This record gives sequence, structure tokens and C-alpha cells, in this order.
Amino acid sequence: MPTKIEKDALTGTDTTGHEWDGLKELNTPLPKWWLYLLYVTIAFSAVWVVLYPAFPFKGWTGVTGWVAREAVVQDVAAANARMAPMMNRIREATPQQIAADPELRSFAMAGGRIAFANNCAGCHGAGGQGAVGGFPSLADDDWIWGGTHDAIRATIQHGIRAGESDEERVSVMPRFVADGVLTLAQASDAAEFVLSLSGRATDQAAVERGKPLFAENCVSCHGENGEGNRDVGAPRLNDRVWLHASDRASIARYIANPRLGVMPAWGGRLDPATVNMLTVYVHALGGGEN
Amino acid sequence: MSATGYAAGLAAPATGTPSAVRVDAYVEAPIRAFAIATVFWGVVGFLMGVLIASQLAWPLLNLDLEWTTFGRLRPVHTSAVIFAFGGNALFCTSLYVVQRTCRARLFGGEPMGWFLFWGYQFVIVAAALGYVLGVTQGKEYAEPEWYVDLWLTVVWVHYLVAFGGTILRREEPHIYVANWFYLAFIVTVAMLHIGNNLALPITLGHSKSYGLASGVQDAMIQWWYGHNAVGFFLTAGFLGMMYYFIPKQAERPVYSYRLSIVHFWSLIFLYIWAGPHHLHYTALPDWAQTLGMVFSIMLWMPSWGGMINGVMTLSGAWDKLRTNPSLRFSVTAVGFYGMSTFEGPVMSIKAVNALSHYTDWTIGHVHSGAMGWVGFVTFGAMYWLFPRLWNKKGVWSEKLISWHFWIATLGIVLYITAMWVSGILQGLMWRAYDENGFLQYSFIETVAAMHPYYVIRTLGGVLYLSGALIMVYNLWMTVTRGEQAEAVAASAPGAAVPAAAE
Repeated sequence: MPTKIEKDALTGTDTTGHEWDGLKELNTPLPKWWLYLLYVTIAFSAVWVVLYPAFPFKGWTGVTGWVAREAVVQDVAAANARMAPMMNRIREATPQQIAADPELRSFAMAGGRIAFANNCAGCHGAGGQGAVGGFPSLADDDWIWGGTHDAIRATIQHGIRAGESDEERVSVMPRFVADGVLTLAQASDAAEFVLSLSGRATDQAAVERGKPLFAENCVSCHGENGEGNRDVGAPRLNDRVWLHASDRASIARYIANPRLGVMPAWGGRLDPATVNMLTVYVHALGGGEN
Repeated sequence: MSATGYAAGLAAPATGTPSAVRVDAYVEAPIRAFAIATVFWGVVGFLMGVLIASQLAWPLLNLDLEWTTFGRLRPVHTSAVIFAFGGNALFCTSLYVVQRTCRARLFGGEPMGWFLFWGYQFVIVAAALGYVLGVTQGKEYAEPEWYVDLWLTVVWVHYLVAFGGTILRREEPHIYVANWFYLAFIVTVAMLHIGNNLALPITLGHSKSYGLASGVQDAMIQWWYGHNAVGFFLTAGFLGMMYYFIPKQAERPVYSYRLSIVHFWSLIFLYIWAGPHHLHYTALPDWAQTLGMVFSIMLWMPSWGGMINGVMTLSGAWDKLRTNPSLRFSVTAVGFYGMSTFEGPVMSIKAVNALSHYTDWTIGHVHSGAMGWVGFVTFGAMYWLFPRLWNKKGVWSEKLISWHFWIATLGIVLYITAMWVSGILQGLMWRAYDENGFLQYSFIETVAAMHPYYVIRTLGGVLYLSGALIMVYNLWMTVTRGEQAEAVAASAPGAAVPAAAE
């Protein structure tokens, strides 16, 4: 096919002489800056593959000897070394000693805050406020397993009913209705009695029926007046702080078939220093006891 | 397929007397269907985007139903915009362009066109249904399971045969640059699709399959695929579109034939190696990461070659930007193309990637390419094509095209600036340490900090969707109320072909 090279009137450049569906092309040379930048990127790449690992040969790392895995190991080691003096002191001290020493305490509160946010807040809430459904508040003085430094540390270290530590916190409330100890109606009466402990009962007859049931089945753990027992992790029932919903039907359902919460043993997951910092932090959330 | 049925309508053989191709010789009905599908799936894709953007800002909108959670709707969005909107746009324009620039009827004729149309729509619907029901390979942009993959392979092989067959029977001595890009797109996507989807179903009666590769090899194949889905589907294919529609709209010759050759081959050669930059600082061996980075950097100028050719084609025709709003779409698209193909190499540099990876910056980068480049170049092409495909004098309302342009541009600007800020903020928060050496922020605090930007991003998406709805209305009115073009010849580009053999 013959071609017809024309001069483009606007630019003065020749066309290539081809035409498709009315479309033509100019024969403009490559823009210089474009070509030189292409060469620059190629030159950069040529240098880079000499400096850094770029060939699939065993042991070949490039002139710099840089290896990603070694670089990250070094970074982590450097960061740990920077923190080591303080972390060692925190690890060796008791939570009480940390809380009493302003320097250690301020360090532990900073470390405890971020450790709490990344590990604990998912269940206990960003401020340790807890959540209905079995996630206790850590910001009040209503403790299930105790609120002293030692008790908090033991709970964090060993967990609750997680089966991860020999020294974990275990308490099991029986499934009173599911296991045939009580009928559902009895559970409901016992629930109304429990409500009466915090002055919230509305059905006096049910309270009367529930009283002996409570005495027979509940006082051994929760105490005569529902004051709870931290030695066995039995929550207090005569206040208005509840793990689960606090209406009569919900309490009856809980008596019938309890849902027992689980907390992991953090001792196996976190550095002992971090457990100490968490202890100090949680203790300071509002309900710490001495 | 026999050529005798329509041979009468074709141009005389190259050696004989020159004659123009009659417009009814070209296959057009399936192309009209592809054009409608492009617009339809565009709206679906943008709507899904607005929905999942809202879910990120307000998680309640997940509705607590497995079918409507973000995890299932996100691939519906990405597949709808890339493969349904973008794919139909590529089918539509490539089949339109190849016939005219080759002066040859589509190989396989109307039946081939209709098979491609319905075959491809079936892929889209089958894939989307699978996503919603939880059927997925879990590979980004390659989520469909084996049965959809097999069917797509059948459709795609027909596409290659139809497109390649048309080129082979061309009446032009040379192959036009747009067709190089379209052909590279079709061939490479076939290779990528098959390579990344080699899998064995657990039984022929079950949707679940297991890939042949595992571990880091699987990851590398996935991102070889993923990156080149961007490179060949969203870049090469749409460059083909750009090379036809910008010179048409500007009524100017392509700026540089030489540049088109050099940037075509360098782009094709370099793109295919750049995938490992998606796996920086992972189990992928260091040497592969280094190569992924340097090939991405070398890709900068080859990518920009297309931008230069697109923009410089307007020399002498810049005034048309004032009067031709659909050209404004195409040229702005090239601007976004240049921006995101510069941003890409920057983000592939390992030190930059250490900050940007896994953050919203990546999302912003993808969307400046998808909304700005792919979306806008498609809108420009659709505004040009609809009147011609339906034989109308012009688009119903130029003013509404302008409205679409400005609303969508504002939407993109809101979207990508929100994602830049949130991405960099996110990356910096993740790596922030306090003076004691502890992390400054918990993960949930970084999520909470994203919220305002997620709201802004949603707003950007709403604007982009609104613009698209204006386009739907405008194109609908063009087709139903538009003034009929006088004669067939007036809208037949083929008729404008001068006597080629003189």
C-alpha cells in the first residue's frame, strides 16, 4: 500500500503517511527529557541491583550485604536495648514497689496503657468500664477475684477458666435447672429473692418462696446476704453491679444455665514486666485496693 | 465462519479499486449492547462502592447478615467496576475500534458479538452471585471459583479469535496503535487468568477448589496476576481506548508515532515484572522484592509515554476543551493516569512502601487510577460513542456532560485526598513510639482516627455516583429523544476514509 507523508500545518511535523479511519500520526521524535529520564531510571536500577539482593543465588546479598530478616532483628534488638534498663527494673519489682516509685510508676502507666488497649480493651472496654454480657468493669471497686495488686496480678498472669495455667482462677456455678436441681419456676423465685437483696424486688410472694431456695443452694458461695466470696470468685449479689442483664428473667435464666466467662492466661503471652505494668495500670483505673 | 454473507459490504481488496466501507458492514448491535452494559454496570459498581464505603464509616450498615457484610460486598464492588464496567467498556470500544481501524467486519460477525456479550455478562452475574453466597477463592481480583474461571476462559479465547481474526483480515497495511494495546491486553489477560487460576475442584459437583501453588509461591503468582490485571486490563486496554478516542475527539493526529512504539514495548516488557512490589517486607525472598521495586521504577517513563501522546495530541486543539466536554473527560483521564503512574513507582520504593503498605494510601492510589483514569476515559468514549452507535447528531445535553464532569471531578478529589491523609496518618500512627519506647497508639485508636476520612470518602463516592446517574439520564435522552443524524454516511467514520490507494 502506498503511503502519503504530509506536513502537519500546525506543528510543521511530518505525518507517518498512514491513516486509519481518518486517524493519522505525527512522526515527532521522542521527547528528550522523557528519554533521558528513562535512562536515569534504568541506571538507578542497574546500581540498585548491585547494592541490594537481586539474584536468586544462595548467599547472594548484594554489595551492601543487606538482608531484610537481619535488618528487622537488629531493629528489634536496638529497641529492646533502649528499653532494657527500665524494663529490667519493672520486671524485678513487685507491683506495689512500682506503684510507690514515681519513676517506675510513670513508666508502667505508659506501658500498661498501651498493653491494656491492645490486649484487654477488646473485652473490658477502652477505659476498663466492662460490658454487659460477662465482661467485668475494672474501673470500680466491685471485684470478683480481688482488687489488690497481688490479686490482680494473679488473675492477669493465670487467667480464668482458660485451661492454660495450673494456678488459674476457677469457679463453677452449677446449672441448677439444666442439671435438675431446681425447676424453672424455682429459679425464677430465687431470682426475685436475689433482686430483693438490692431492694429491687416487686413480687413479695416470690421473694418468700425464693428465700429458702437461696439459703439451700446459693449461700455457700454467695454468702448469707449475697455479699459474695472472692476466695471462690463468687460475685456479690446485693449491689446493683451486674455482669449480665439484671432483670428477673435474665437472672433466672442464668441460674438455670450459667454462662461462665473465660479470660486467657496472659503470663504465657506477655513479658512478666508487661504483666506487672498491666497490674499497676488496672489497679489505678479506679478500684484498686491495698 | 464464512465471509460470503457480508463480503459484499466490505471494502474492495487492497489491490483493487478503493472504496469506503459501508457502515452497515460493521457489526454494531452487540457493541450497542456492550455500551449499555458499560453504563449499567458502572452504576452498579459505583453504588456498591458507596455502600461499602458507608459500611466502613458506619459498621451498622453491614446489617449483621452474612450476605451484606463488607467482606462479601467488597469483591462485588471491585469486580463490578473492574471487570463489569471496565470489561464491558473494553469489549465495546475494542470491537468498535478494531473494525473501523482495520476496515474489516468483526471476525465471526454478529453471532460472535452476541456470544461475547452474553457469555461475558454470564461471567459477571455468576461471579457476583458466588461472592454474595460466600463462594470465593480468596484471591484479590481473582475471587471467582473454578467453574466461573473455566467459562471466562472460553469467552476470552473467543474474544482473542474475534479480535485477532479481524486484524488478520484488515484492509489497512498497518495495524493502528490502539489495536496493539487492545491485543496486548487480551493476550496477557488470558495468560494471567489461566496462570493464577490453576486449581483443582474438590469434586466436580462442588464450588470449592484448591490452587496448585501454595505459600509464598501462591502469593507471588497472585500478585503477578494482580499487578498485571492493573497493567494490562486497566492500563494497556484503556490506553487502546485513549489512542482512538482522543485523536477522534481532538480531530488531531497522534502526537508521536515513535513514542507510541517505544512506550508500548517498554511498557509491555517492564510491567510484567513489577508484581513483587505488592509483597514488600513479606516472606517473599529479598531478591524478588528488589527486582519488583526496580522494574516498577523503570516503568515510570514507559507509562508516561501514553500520557504524553494523549495530552500532546491536543497541541493546536486546546480550545476544544472549552467547547467539547467529553474531550475534557478524556484529557483529565490522562492527567489522572499520569499522576497515578508516578505515584505507583514512588510507592514501590521499599522505604516508602514501609509507610504506605496496608494503609488507605493504597486505596487512594487505586481509586485515582480507577475513578480518574479508567472511569473518565470511559465516560469520554461513551459520550462520543452513544450518538454514533444510535445514529444521532450529538449527545442530548452538552451542559449535563459538564455537570457530570465537575461533580465527578470533585468526587475524585474528595476521595483521593481523604485517602492520602488517612493513609499517611494511619501509617504514621502505626509506627509512632512514645519517649519510653512504647507504641503511642493502639490499633483501635488508629481505626477511630480514620472515621472522618471515611465519611469524606463516602461523600466523594456519592458525588461520583451522582455524576454517573446524570450520564445515564443524558445518554438515555440521547438514544430516545436525540435528533436523528441525516444520512448513514454522516455518522459512518468508514465513509470518511479517503481513497487510500492513490
